[in-house]
Amino acid sequence: MTYLAKPKIHHPSLPVNALGFTRRDYEGPVSTLCAGCGHDSISAAIIQAFFDLAVPPHRVAKLSGIGCSSKTPTYFLGQSHGFNTVHGRMPSVLTGANLANRGLLYLGVSGDGDSASIGLGQFAHVMRRNVDMTYIVENNGVYGLTKGQFSATADKGSRSKRGAANDDEPIDLVMMALTLGASFVARGFSGDKEQLVPLIKAAVQHKGAALIDVVSPCVAFNNHSGSTKSYDYVREHNEAVNRLDYMPERAPIVTEQAPGETRDVVLHDGGLLRLKCLDPDYDPRNKVAAMAYLESHRARGIVVTGLLYVAEDASDLHDAQETVDAPLNQLSDAELVPGAAALEGVNASLR
Amino acid sequence: MKPTDIAHPDYFHKVVDCQWACPAHTPVPEYIRLISQGRYDDAYLINWKSNVFPGILGRTCDRPCEPACRRVRVEEGSPEHRKAHLKPEAVAICRLKRAAADYKGDIRPRLPKPAPKGNGKRVALVGAGPASLTVARDLAPLGYECVVFDGDPKAGGMMRTQIPKFRLPDRVIDEECGYILDLGIDFRGGTRIDSMAALLEQGYDAVFVGSGAPRGRDLDIPGRQAAAKHIHIGIDWLSSVSFGHTTSIGKRVVVLGGGNTAMDCCRSARRLGGEKVDVVVRSGFDGMKASPWEKEDAQHEGIPIHNFLVPRAFLHENGKLTGITFDKVEARYDDKGRRELVPTGEPEVRFECDDVLVAVGQENAYPWIERGLGIEFDRWNMPVVDKATMASTRPGVYFGGDAAFGPKNIIWAVAHGHDAAISIDKHCRGEDVAKRPGPTFLLVSQKMGIHEWSYDNAITSDKRHRVPLKDTVIALKDIRQEVELGFDARLAFAEAQRCLNCDVQTVFTDRLCIECDACVDICPMDCITFTANGDEADLRGRLRAPAVNRTQDLYVSGTLASKRVMAKDEDVCLHCGLCAERCPTGAWDMKKSYIEMSHCGDTPRVHLPKSAPAPAVAEAAE
Repeated sequence: MTYLAKPKIHHPSLPVNALGFTRRDYEGPVSTLCAGCGHDSISAAIIQAFFDLAVPPHRVAKLSGIGCSSKTPTYFLGQSHGFNTVHGRMPSVLTGANLANRGLLYLGVSGDGDSASIGLGQFAHVMRRNVDMTYIVENNGVYGLTKGQFSATADKGSRSKRGAANDDEPIDLVMMALTLGASFVARGFSGDKEQLVPLIKAAVQHKGAALIDVVSPCVAFNNHSGSTKSYDYVREHNEAVNRLDYMPERAPIVTEQAPGETRDVVLHDGGLLRLKCLDPDYDPRNKVAAMAYLESHRARGIVVTGLLYVAEDASDLHDAQETVDAPLNQLSDAELVPGAAALEGVNASLR
Repeated sequence: MKPTDIAHPDYFHKVVDCQWACPAHTPVPEYIRLISQGRYDDAYLINWKSNVFPGILGRTCDRPCEPACRRVRVEEGSPEHRKAHLKPEAVAICRLKRAAADYKGDIRPRLPKPAPKGNGKRVALVGAGPASLTVARDLAPLGYECVVFDGDPKAGGMMRTQIPKFRLPDRVIDEECGYILDLGIDFRGGTRIDSMAALLEQGYDAVFVGSGAPRGRDLDIPGRQAAAKHIHIGIDWLSSVSFGHTTSIGKRVVVLGGGNTAMDCCRSARRLGGEKVDVVVRSGFDGMKASPWEKEDAQHEGIPIHNFLVPRAFLHENGKLTGITFDKVEARYDDKGRRELVPTGEPEVRFECDDVLVAVGQENAYPWIERGLGIEFDRWNMPVVDKATMASTRPGVYFGGDAAFGPKNIIWAVAHGHDAAISIDKHCRGEDVAKRPGPTFLLVSQKMGIHEWSYDNAITSDKRHRVPLKDTVIALKDIRQEVELGFDARLAFAEAQRCLNCDVQTVFTDRLCIECDACVDICPMDCITFTANGDEADLRGRLRAPAVNRTQDLYVSGTLASKRVMAKDEDVCLHCGLCAERCPTGAWDMKKSYIEMSHCGDTPRVHLPKSAPAPAVAEAAE
């Protein structure tokens, strides 16, 4: 952390987006996390992604639980709506908010403790309900706020800062999300924004539950040799299956100069995901193959990153529930109080 | 790119833009910090050591440091400035220097003492202006017998004769020249040297020529001779005013010329009875050689500046000047960007006036240096002088100040004086004059604790503070009444806080970096990028913010674990230290670089093969 507020002065050539905002306008107050925390890099990636997408800040709701990760929404999108929920309960609050006001973009920010331990049940249900949201897990494998005990995502056999080995099997949130029906599943690394920013942009534009599991080293308690979530370990064992370019609707298609096969995925809003396949055998549209690939690589200690699965014909909770198109706060009295005749009709249908 | 060699003193010196631009390389941020701490004596002495005349320069310097100031480039990116359409402005470095001089106590006990015993060497100095006095100051404490000759009775040279008293009062000149003369200098006022041959015959071990550029250029157009009585050469008129020989001027005055001398002329004329004073320049207003602040000061006193007018003829009746006519011109630029003033064909412009002051340039004149003494002159009749050593082609004879390369300004004269003193000392010791001592270079961490630094790293958004002025009505009544009141202590502190502390350097240690991106994310100016290495042009284009200012270096690290490098664009770094505060491993540290030019008698700690010359920023007054 720093004691000073970040000066408002910026580079004279700092670009503005379609709304006339600079990237700096998407920042929040200065972070109070430890110096070098991976979470701060994720915050910076979120800021960049929302700036690039030219999202009006007041159209975003950021929700989080408890923990280092869940503090971070304070430090980005300072002009957006925020909700710090009870520990592990962010998914249900987000679901409720989304049902009430479908007009906002929902960004859930959580950590490995918040999502894989106390909130595991909530995590499972928000995924299987396919709530339209971007769910970012800032995953560092330890409980940083309580000084570095293993969390549920710590790999079996990895060692704590004091040398103790972890005997428990890890929970792989990516695998769980795939099993439970999430329609967009990705993994990133806080130390690689070139990969992470396009993933966030694609997830924000995706309709349905989008999970990004971001490996985010805890510099204070989990960045030593023996850790499998340190900067060094992840850099050495990171295998990206693809690189992604997000192209908004109607943007001219640029010809790829780099070699390698590309694969296009059209999003519901007409936007285009162009994947540059680093592993030509990997098809992110094939869930079964993806799961087999992930499992075999995990066994070899490899951290697979990139867009791991995307369902092209995604739908969401509103589709399933056939809810009204407008956010509830925009419904008028006439729509909310349809009158005795309508009530009569409803009652008749139930007889 | 290869990793940046930060051990070379020039690298961090260049980052301190003001110091690099200063001909005497005064450690500016260091003395500004001392001012904000109220340590005026220390601030003054840093200046005194480097530029010899802090009180004088704090009022009159041409300020090459201020256009170079990083604050200007930084404020271009300030949302507040953009919103209010404010012009980005430099820190008021020059006027802070004056504050140090104004509020210091008695610093005499801390100045060098006259040498207890002479070293047996005698040096003659021609002219008692800033160049000669600097040489004398550097040499006298070492035991040299310095004999300073000047045609005027008092020391100071052009500082005393050509700068009006309302800008520079005599007491300041007396004080600062006095510090030097008190070192046991043999000052012979009223003794004009009119033969170099005769001087050389007197057996001095070295001779220094610091006699300035004493001849004002004339304007030979019709009517010049007939109306001569009311047409005055600017610098001669100024010195006549300075000595009290001239005490009045006509009611309507036209000043020809657009340099700082013209500005001094018009403002002086305003105080000696000129009710309608006009400045007329050939070039455009923006192309004038006068410093922007001097133009502002003139306009503030109700003096209009008319541009694009070329004098055609002086009008006169019975030997009395009645006016001047001008041709209207416009600037055209050829393919090579050269300017040409082309008549517009409009009718001539006429100014009625009683007196004209001609301030269209100054020249050197060496009628007193005989040819054939081994002192070579070039085809413009200027002495051939080595830019680094100030040596002429005759061993033992040195030039400096305006005498060396034509009209410049005081701070250049001081820089020349320091260099010449080193040469004279080496010459007298029988050493190689061409071997120059490098600067003193210190680099020390400023870390005091977690997130605590020994300097104020918060960035203020204050606009440049104006120097309070005396009321114009009062100021115009008395030519000896100083116009600028100077910063008071509170304003000086506030202005000092605008300094970005560019000498507190961001120093990167690649082997400590874990590439967590914390510095990249926090940097308010997007200075830092981690990327694949490349050649400079390629790298400059690939940074988080394009590094378009080629005068500012890229700081490139060695290869990191991920095979990338750290590349930092020094251009608009705020030196706020947030990168170092966010760095978990101490790979970034804020270290103060203290760079001081070696002066004669110093023991230099760094020896350089050949230091790059400072960029020439300031040009002479017209």
